[in-house]
Amino acid sequence: MVNTKVNLSGIVLDNPVIPASGTFGFGYEFAEIYDINCLGTFSFKGTTKDPRFGNPCPRIAECDSGMINAVGLQNPGVEKVIENELPKLKVCFNKPVMANVSGFSVEDYAYTVEKLDSQEQIGWFEVNVSCPNVHGGGMSFGTSPEAAAEVTAACRKVTKKPLYIKLSPNVTNIVDIAKACEAAGADGISMINTMLGMRIDLKTKKPVIANKMGGFSGPAIKPVALRMVYQVFEAVKVPIIGMGGIATAEDVIEMMLAGATAVQVGAANLVDPFACKNIIDNLPKVMEKYKIDDLSKIIGGAH
Amino acid sequence: MTQGLYEIISNEKLTETVYKMVVKGDTSAITASGQFVNIKLEGKFLRRPISICDFDENTITLIYKVVGVGTEQMSEMSCGKVLDILVGLGNGYSLNKCGDKPLLIGGGVGVPPLYNLCKKLINEGKKVTVVLGFNTKDEIFLESDFKALGAEVFVATADGSYGVKGFVTDAMKEIEYTYFFTCGPMPMFKAIEAVAVTSGQYSFEERMGCGFGACMGCSCKTKYGNKRICKDGPVLEREEIIW
Repeated sequence: MVNTKVNLSGIVLDNPVIPASGTFGFGYEFAEIYDINCLGTFSFKGTTKDPRFGNPCPRIAECDSGMINAVGLQNPGVEKVIENELPKLKVCFNKPVMANVSGFSVEDYAYTVEKLDSQEQIGWFEVNVSCPNVHGGGMSFGTSPEAAAEVTAACRKVTKKPLYIKLSPNVTNIVDIAKACEAAGADGISMINTMLGMRIDLKTKKPVIANKMGGFSGPAIKPVALRMVYQVFEAVKVPIIGMGGIATAEDVIEMMLAGATAVQVGAANLVDPFACKNIIDNLPKVMEKYKIDDLSKIIGGAH
Repeated sequence: MTQGLYEIISNEKLTETVYKMVVKGDTSAITASGQFVNIKLEGKFLRRPISICDFDENTITLIYKVVGVGTEQMSEMSCGKVLDILVGLGNGYSLNKCGDKPLLIGGGVGVPPLYNLCKKLINEGKKVTVVLGFNTKDEIFLESDFKALGAEVFVATADGSYGVKGFVTDAMKEIEYTYFFTCGPMPMFKAIEAVAVTSGQYSFEERMGCGFGACMGCSCKTKYGNKRICKDGPVLEREEIIW
């Protein structure tokens, strides 16, 4: 009998598999097709202070081994999430859930985290610092160590729950940003968000996506994610949730060897709604194949 | 929605660019005409959403146009090949408000999902009129199939090479109807919206990520709030659409 349990900031997950924010809604779409309580947890749809429709369509472009999305954080806003979405989530999922939060100012982030903090089912916060900083001239909070630290510190003040900061890979040195978040009070690092990409339609000769650029995800980015998780693991003491192109049980093990305590699955959910369930079902036999009896013992094993 | 494996039992060319594929497998997840399936193709990351033309207990008929690398790959597939398909996606058409004389309006590759709808409406004893719009005579498909169901069929071609010269709206002028159902390109929708005299339902198309409501890749604004074309649509009621 292999052990797939991992401890994520004091909360034990049955397995390290976590559907990534924006690919799993608030869970209930997937609960229609399988019992989502098999998941370690899941990170719900990125929530902001105010409701957002997001970007115009087309928002999706296909790539070789991946896809680009420019959804633009469509969500009903934190009040409606609490009022309408979390009660529905509770019906289909009985484990602690990860609250993904975004914002356009430091105050936005703190406001949303504080509002959600009282929700019992929320086990962790995952704060996405990849959105543009409207006060900082549109640069993403996640592209500067100072801005990322400022968001971390502001959120730290309003919650005692484990606080993970989700980092953008579109930076010159992700290690410095991870260290800044750790120093500002983050309990962990979640990485990587999507990589900025583009497709151009040869018929129209214009970008496929209305927003022109979008976030590139899928198996194509896995080597970049592995490299960055590996680098950050060497530089911080807090746990890392690793993601980027994870689609199989083998990918989960590879990401954990790089340094991840838990692993998120994103784009794969959109292609195969059973992706996470299949990964979880396959994990024990893949562990046996590679002579792993306790998953938590392989974290950072490649170092 | 179900995910399953489906064997291709036929895949034939209907016109220069339009193909008809019949696959065999579980159809229990299909609950309404106008729903769609999402097909996994080798070497392609995202699935291909294709509307359901018709179905029975164990087959699904798909009529698709070759518009890119994915549909081109589909057109080259042989019988016996097995495909991974998500079935029973989208809301489909709702039949409960259509009165005695529903009008079905299809443009180009928007025609197929109206076929099963027509079959259902005729089975319910409705007097169904169908208007099909194509660019030219060589692009026409399904005309005789709708006639065989017992519908009165009018065809409009933009170049006048067959039927009424002009657009579906030119063919609609003399038709009396109690309700309409349509699927086709946006310019056709806008033309219909300008002349239609009853309530109706439009089936929309959008670039999709997942096809089952998870990614918010195909959202649109409606008078009743934001909707996902793949999950809350593809069929929207005339009254809720913001043009």
